[in-house]
Amino acid sequence: MEASSLPAALELVSGGGAGLSPEKRAVLGSSLLLLQRDYRFERVWFWGCIQGVCGAYYIAEGLGPDRAAPRSRLYSLNCVEWSLLPPVTEEMVTQAGRLKGRFQGDPSFEYEYTERNAEDDERLFEDGKEPMIKEEARLVATIEQIDRAVGIIPRGAFVKTPLGSVSENRNFEGLSLTEAKRLSSYFHFTEPVNLKNKTLLEKADLDPSTDFLDSLEHDIPQGSWTVQLEKGGTVVVLRSLLWLGLTFYHVPMTKQYGYVYFGNGEKNLDLPFML
Amino acid sequence: HGPYQPHEPGYGLYQPGLSPYDDQIPDPKSRTLAIQNAKAYLLKSSTTSGLNLYDHLANMLTKILDEQPTNAVDIIENISKDVKWAHFQKKMDTLRDEHEILPTFEAAEKRKALFLKANGERDEELEEEIGETPLPNVMETAFYFEQAGIGLSKDESYHIFLALKKLISVQPIQTCRFWGKILGLEMNYIIAEVQYHEGEEEEETEEEAVPEEGGKWVDEVEDEEEEKEKEDEPPKSTYKPPPVIPKEENGTGANKYVYFVCNEPGKPWVKLPPVTPAQIVCARKIKKFFTGRLDAPVVSFPPFPGNEANYLRAQIARISAGTQISPIGFYQFAEEEDEEEEVEGGRDTYEENPDFQPLSVAEMVDSLSAWVHNVQSILKQGRCVWLNPLQKTEEEEENEEEEKAEEPDELPQELQQEIGPPLLTPLSEDEGIQNIPAWTAQPSTNLIPQYAVAVLQSNRWPGAYAFASGKKFDNIYFGWGHKYSPENHTPALPPPVQAEYPSGPEITETRDPTVEEELAFKAAKEEALAMAEEEEDEEGAEEDEEEDD
Repeated sequence: MEASSLPAALELVSGGGAGLSPEKRAVLGSSLLLLQRDYRFERVWFWGCIQGVCGAYYIAEGLGPDRAAPRSRLYSLNCVEWSLLPPVTEEMVTQAGRLKGRFQGDPSFEYEYTERNAEDDERLFEDGKEPMIKEEARLVATIEQIDRAVGIIPRGAFVKTPLGSVSENRNFEGLSLTEAKRLSSYFHFTEPVNLKNKTLLEKADLDPSTDFLDSLEHDIPQGSWTVQLEKGGTVVVLRSLLWLGLTFYHVPMTKQYGYVYFGNGEKNLDLPFML
Repeated sequence: HGPYQPHEPGYGLYQPGLSPYDDQIPDPKSRTLAIQNAKAYLLKSSTTSGLNLYDHLANMLTKILDEQPTNAVDIIENISKDVKWAHFQKKMDTLRDEHEILPTFEAAEKRKALFLKANGERDEELEEEIGETPLPNVMETAFYFEQAGIGLSKDESYHIFLALKKLISVQPIQTCRFWGKILGLEMNYIIAEVQYHEGEEEEETEEEAVPEEGGKWVDEVEDEEEEKEKEDEPPKSTYKPPPVIPKEENGTGANKYVYFVCNEPGKPWVKLPPVTPAQIVCARKIKKFFTGRLDAPVVSFPPFPGNEANYLRAQIARISAGTQISPIGFYQFAEEEDEEEEVEGGRDTYEENPDFQPLSVAEMVDSLSAWVHNVQSILKQGRCVWLNPLQKTEEEEENEEEEKAEEPDELPQELQQEIGPPLLTPLSEDEGIQNIPAWTAQPSTNLIPQYAVAVLQSNRWPGAYAFASGKKFDNIYFGWGHKYSPENHTPALPPPVQAEYPSGPEITETRDPTVEEELAFKAAKEEALAMAEEEEDEEGAEEDEEEDD
């Protein structure tokens, strides 16, 4: 969610019970602004909070002029001092995907592998050391996975210019109430995967400036999003069931929208059994 | 103007006197004519839409000059589209608005109804309310939890406050507590934990329904039996279902509290049925999201005995048993005269300790033994107090003694009595999952330790929180209603196929003899024949001999 609209947005996503204490809210107001100044970001998003066993990580993302470019991610243990996270690599993602269990809360904690397969043994012979993965790398990989899988925006909120860069759509007035209840009005804010597979008929209806991302309709498994109207029907809240804790809110017919993650940082692999 | 440089295209093509516009530009009269022609062209209405370019451009420029957006040239196409769209909006405006906003209006009406005072309230009732009231101070609890970053928005908390007040005015309630919120797919549940006044509980209508069903079933069986007497009866199944463990009485064990749920504050409260041990045992094996509708079926394996209301009640019972805690010393056991009677089930009642001295926040956070469970844990059987299902009542025992004398009872010895941790055990005895402790304790703020609140989060039931500050403490749950397991959920496998009939020698198929065995048998038979023939010959010879003699 946008750092500038943090207080109002937190009120809207609090239906799930998770939020920030007044102390954190107060300090974020100033520390996110300072982040924007120090790193020269154009926009700063408060991404959310991952609960570890001993402590919690507060994550912020900074965006440059092209909103679809890879974002810089920062973490903090107390919302006052922020550290830049290393950019994510595919290897990190695969390594982190094999780890199970909670985050510890200490960024220098090293996980030991419990499963070893032939690839690891080969690498062992080369390096001579046991492969360990630090919690920091796991954090980066998890944030990237969550953004890739369930980071969403309403349709029409961003436009793609003919030069290829993506920016906010100043003409976006918000989705109507009927549109807001449909999953097809929301897009994943990452590189599209399914766009090419659409039929020619569907592609003819698309507007290349706003429909350049995957929509939520074809997410597997079906039903992995819950759409609810909260606060007497004035806010549309989408919650992901694949990554429990990700909440997206939008007030129909206004420009307010955003998503935030409050959770453990673990994927819900039992989802097919639970639906 | 025209191309002046040699490299520009069209250079050299302009020849005075031959250009098509030569005659128009110099003459002022024809200039006005040209303007009029241009304007007439712009005023031409489009054949498809009925608009004309002149009006459209005028509207667009008016809009731009009124609003003065920055970098208008970049969004000029969108502005044009908006102006065109605005034409259509006016005609269908009233229709569309009425349809769309209707559900939000209704919801707003319901929420507003919460704030209206009921008719007939007089000052006397107000005085009663100010005295002892079962209504919990939801806003105060919400404040303490907010210090830790947990809780709903203040608006929603206040709505829940008023909804609880409405509940209390309708039902005869002794104590009431906001238990928490469970999220669902279509709607969420807001849950209130309630204790009735003693003796005021309503009889459940479920029990009335059961004898009716039993009566019908008996009639059907009688009909079937009459039919069966005519036909050959198929072999009766020897399957005996395991004995049903009876649920605990209302007011004790897992059914100590009664729970009311509603989807949103403003909607009517629905009472959840009491939980049975079979439901708890089954709920431990399945993991399903709640849909938000209490009558939704729970499709799972092993099949859940009940619908979503029962599943919700079972999960609430498990969460309460696992995560309702209080600071040590707040509750104490009431002094009993006869302690012998309580040995089997363990103590299940407690009362507030009037001499409670609260520990400091630092102590509450540092050691988990400063907290105790104040709800009985549920045994594997599904009850809080163990009951031997095979124990026969006294009448049955007498009958058996008459019928069978001195037959040893085999089965009751197999079931061992299950004993759970007694009430008011400290949290340090809770086992963690793998290497994660069962609870995480933190003060709400490190910057202002004088006014910090001790907050505990459960790691076994993510979403369960507890706080303590001085003499105040409370528990709450916000979550999806599932236990945490680091391993993936594996559904129960179907049980092995039952044997249809006992296999004995009379029905087992004998193995067909192999070729060697057949030949050997044949040879043996021929030998026997040969032997028999020899004997006959011998006998014949003996007879001949006898005859000779």
